[in-house]
Amino acid sequence: MPEPAPANRPTRNAYRDRLVALLPQHPGLVCLDTDTGLFTGVDFGPAADRYINLGIAESNLMGMAAGLAASGFQPFVNTMATFAATRAVEAVKIDIAYNALPVRIMATHGGLSAGHFGPTHHSLEDLAVMRALPNMTVVVPADAAATEVAVEESLDLPSPLYLRLGRKATPPLPPAAEPPRIGVAQVLRSGRDVLLVCCGPHPVLAALAAADRLAGAGVAAAVLNMHTLKPLDAERLCAYAAGVPLVVTVEEHWRSGGLGGAVAETLAEQGPARVLRIGVADVFATVVGGHDALVTHYGITADAIFTRVLDGLDPHTPATRRDETNVDRMP
Amino acid sequence: MDVVTHRPLAGQRQTAALASRADRIREHIVAMCAGVEGGHMGGSLSVVEVLTALYFAVMRVDPRRPDDPARDIFLLSKGHAAIGLYATLAEAGYFDAAELAGFGTVGSRLMAHPVRTVPGVEMPTGSLGHGLALGAGFALGARLRGRDRRAFVVLGDGELQEGSVWEGAMGAAALGLDNLVAVVDRNGLQITGDTERICALEPLADRWRSFGWSVRECPGHDLDALVEALGSAPWQPGRPSVVIARTTKGAGVPFAEGKAQGHYMKVSPRQQAQARVAIARAASVRAALEAVDA
Repeated sequence: MPEPAPANRPTRNAYRDRLVALLPQHPGLVCLDTDTGLFTGVDFGPAADRYINLGIAESNLMGMAAGLAASGFQPFVNTMATFAATRAVEAVKIDIAYNALPVRIMATHGGLSAGHFGPTHHSLEDLAVMRALPNMTVVVPADAAATEVAVEESLDLPSPLYLRLGRKATPPLPPAAEPPRIGVAQVLRSGRDVLLVCCGPHPVLAALAAADRLAGAGVAAAVLNMHTLKPLDAERLCAYAAGVPLVVTVEEHWRSGGLGGAVAETLAEQGPARVLRIGVADVFATVVGGHDALVTHYGITADAIFTRVLDGLDPHTPATRRDETNVDRMP
Repeated sequence: MDVVTHRPLAGQRQTAALASRADRIREHIVAMCAGVEGGHMGGSLSVVEVLTALYFAVMRVDPRRPDDPARDIFLLSKGHAAIGLYATLAEAGYFDAAELAGFGTVGSRLMAHPVRTVPGVEMPTGSLGHGLALGAGFALGARLRGRDRRAFVVLGDGELQEGSVWEGAMGAAALGLDNLVAVVDRNGLQITGDTERICALEPLADRWRSFGWSVRECPGHDLDALVEALGSAPWQPGRPSVVIARTTKGAGVPFAEGKAQGHYMKVSPRQQAQARVAIARAASVRAALEAVDA
């Protein structure tokens, strides 16, 4: 009998459940919370003394995690992505990254997943910030299963990890030939006409859907799930970009400094290729809506990717012309 | 609840030995400020007795085993006093005091803010307001492991204007971390002047008390008083402790003493000579008084 297809699931819940299962087996693990509510009602059993709710204090969270890590623990710290990457970033930089301590920053509400909470809670800069820090590993799992793998793999990582998670349930990726592994770009599809490089639930699913449509238009698109932004798998990126006329990045992040930045930097130096970056325009969100509505509004969709690829491959006769950098200013 | 063993209190002979240590640490500090870069002299001189009491009488540390998992933890949250810490670590034997001469120069390990590559330095500090949270992490780690281990954090008074200090203070008290001990170097001066004129800290003891800390005020250059206060912490089970050490910025060096301008100084050869004379004179006065008392 075939296995039932996995249900849609929030990546943050996948992380939580994996961690709760791991805590009793690994006495070095500590879960530090900032009253996020993610662990409400969880029974930690014999590991109850290693779940500590510090209150709403993210800088204190990062500093305490560093002190614990320097004492031989592996703390998993919990906050929203934008609080980790902006409010508490100095503690992340100096206390954790500078010392290369094995703290796991579990950053929920990544990208636009906070939806109608608005720009105070959106996290469209976190990947740029975290990837700028030496010693930091930066991972954006695309679904619940990949999240569980990343949590397991982190147990053997001697240095800090930033794991960007979502809020609401997102669909599982279709089965892939190889499982996701931290630091290795996951090949989801091969093709020689265009390379789509993406990370995170919505961008990866949109890229796969766009690749299907492009195939119908006679364009063979490769899709790389670049879940690890740092260290970036430059080898596989360059191998897949070689000889391809166009590389398009897709991410739920401002267009500066995130995946598009990382890919453009790498290809500019190591493998000349034209790079187009799809991401959120250089604006704070002015529209109100849920995660899906915002992602659609800001053009992180199969439609947008399809159009941009065709435009990019034939810039003289664009299928449509849409300046995504001014999306909020358009009538 | 952690059981913290109390350290033996200093007798008169021990105090004299500690005072000599403090003299040598002061001389090292002035010498480093006479180097090519100069240094943070005022706030390093004000914590000399605090550092001396901790490293030579209070903390359970072994300079030959700086990674001993049972050691007490020291964090210089006011990291700009690094030359005071380096001088103390060298005096304690963590590394050769000859290395101090290279402070701030190419090829040296000694930066103006502490770095972990220096034996005995637990955490890089200097961006103010980080020490308490770090100390709370070490203290919590000791509690989770059931270890009798204390974390000592030295804060500047100007540093208390950083909000993260109070985030850390609230968090440590909420967890009841009584193996965490803070010292405030209350020298009253920050870069441009009087703390009370710039951003007032008083009533300082009340502020700490209201955050759930056990508070003692202490003359900050009195080794006996410091050893007693720091050695006997925690004074209340279930509460972190803070010593508000009433100190003088630039203490012991006449041209820097009590002056905000002494915060960062490049010391001339003439000034270095003056400082040496002042330190030696204070030592001889002390010896004469000890002889009378004996």
